[in-house]
Amino acid sequence: MLPNYRRDDGTTHPPLLSPGYKSTVPRAPREQFVLLPHSLTEVTGPLLGEGRVTAADADLTLAPGGEAQGQRIVVHGQVRDAGGRPIPHTLVEVWQSNAAGRYQHRWDQHHAPLDPHFTGVGRCLTDADGHYRFVTVKPGAYPWGNHPNAWRPAHIHFSLLGRAFTQRLVTQMYFPDDPLFAYDPIFNSVRDERARARLIAKFDLSATVEAWALGFRFDIVLAGEDGTPTEDPHDD
Amino acid sequence: MTTEPDFGFDGLTPSQTVGPYLSIGLPWPDGHEVVEAGAPGAIKIFGKVYDGTGAEVPDALIETWQADPAGGFAHPDDPRGPSDSGFRGFGRCPTDDTGDWAILTLKPGIVPDRDGRPQAPHIDVSVLARGLLHRVVTRIYFADEATANASDPVLATVPEARRSTLIATPDRDGYRFDIRLQGDDETVFFAL
Repeated sequence: MLPNYRRDDGTTHPPLLSPGYKSTVPRAPREQFVLLPHSLTEVTGPLLGEGRVTAADADLTLAPGGEAQGQRIVVHGQVRDAGGRPIPHTLVEVWQSNAAGRYQHRWDQHHAPLDPHFTGVGRCLTDADGHYRFVTVKPGAYPWGNHPNAWRPAHIHFSLLGRAFTQRLVTQMYFPDDPLFAYDPIFNSVRDERARARLIAKFDLSATVEAWALGFRFDIVLAGEDGTPTEDPHDD
Repeated sequence: MTTEPDFGFDGLTPSQTVGPYLSIGLPWPDGHEVVEAGAPGAIKIFGKVYDGTGAEVPDALIETWQADPAGGFAHPDDPRGPSDSGFRGFGRCPTDDTGDWAILTLKPGIVPDRDGRPQAPHIDVSVLARGLLHRVVTRIYFADEATANASDPVLATVPEARRSTLIATPDRDGYRFDIRLQGDDETVFFAL
């Protein structure tokens, strides 16, 4: 019996065409999507990471050859599916700007300092209970050309493979109480207020390290299996 | 004393765009090599990504997932038993400044659908890019599998006029598979 992954009901993920975010206008597909029944190709997926990451890849503050500037933070959480089941040993990849709001990328010409000791990339695997943990610095807000006086709220990009092709997710983690939330079309492309709130990490005193780093918790929930097996509606 | 934050489950995490700087965090040095160069049977699948204005997309990422040549997957959820072929099955390649991507892989075998009907050789594809708030999903089929394609249960549900957007065509270097996010000849994308 193949696992049966629940389809997105359209209330969580943002609409591809979200004109407030200008780049969606020429890039969002316009034709109707064709329903893809979940065969073996969709319910399986790459189980990668062993041998691909080292423990050091989870600390973004210590590479390369010096300590990154900025407010040190611990970001941790649990990766689960929508049924609440932890997803163990799955690859979590992150990338972000430095504390001044600049990416180490040739296209980023924002007039803010580059940090030679911050590449902005990290990787780890979830443990047997789906937990992950990174040490990094809090990224800065930065301007972008989307609209007048447009600044992105501070965020960390997250990429997850999950266990099946259906579970692949790329998202962004935001920080509590950011004054830029109300003005950001990428954050607000998620229309449901409760779903938007799930993009915001929670300050976590228990993960805060005495005199060293602030802790934040960001749990991630990927598409889950249906509790009750049903037929795929591919003959409709 | 403060209140403990509630870390309980309350729904799916929404998707967000990879943004323009995805190449900081996502590519791997060997991402485009599902198999190593020189592997027997290796084929190159390559193409460009275009937006709705016809412009090349230099900040996209293509990911591929597929069966091995025997139709197996190295995954415990394959009820036939996980394949032990050692085939990674996963490819990942960012587009370059001119929208080009390429992966080196093996041609997949036949994979049954849920009813046991054979599907034509196919590769599942995720396209991520700045300006895409969620990945979009398509499939690569092969032009030189005309008989299998003609009876493929998924291709049969795709409007005939658009089916060609899912077919990789033999080219001197391998197979060409261009992706058009929007506009005339928009690639067929699937709802998962």
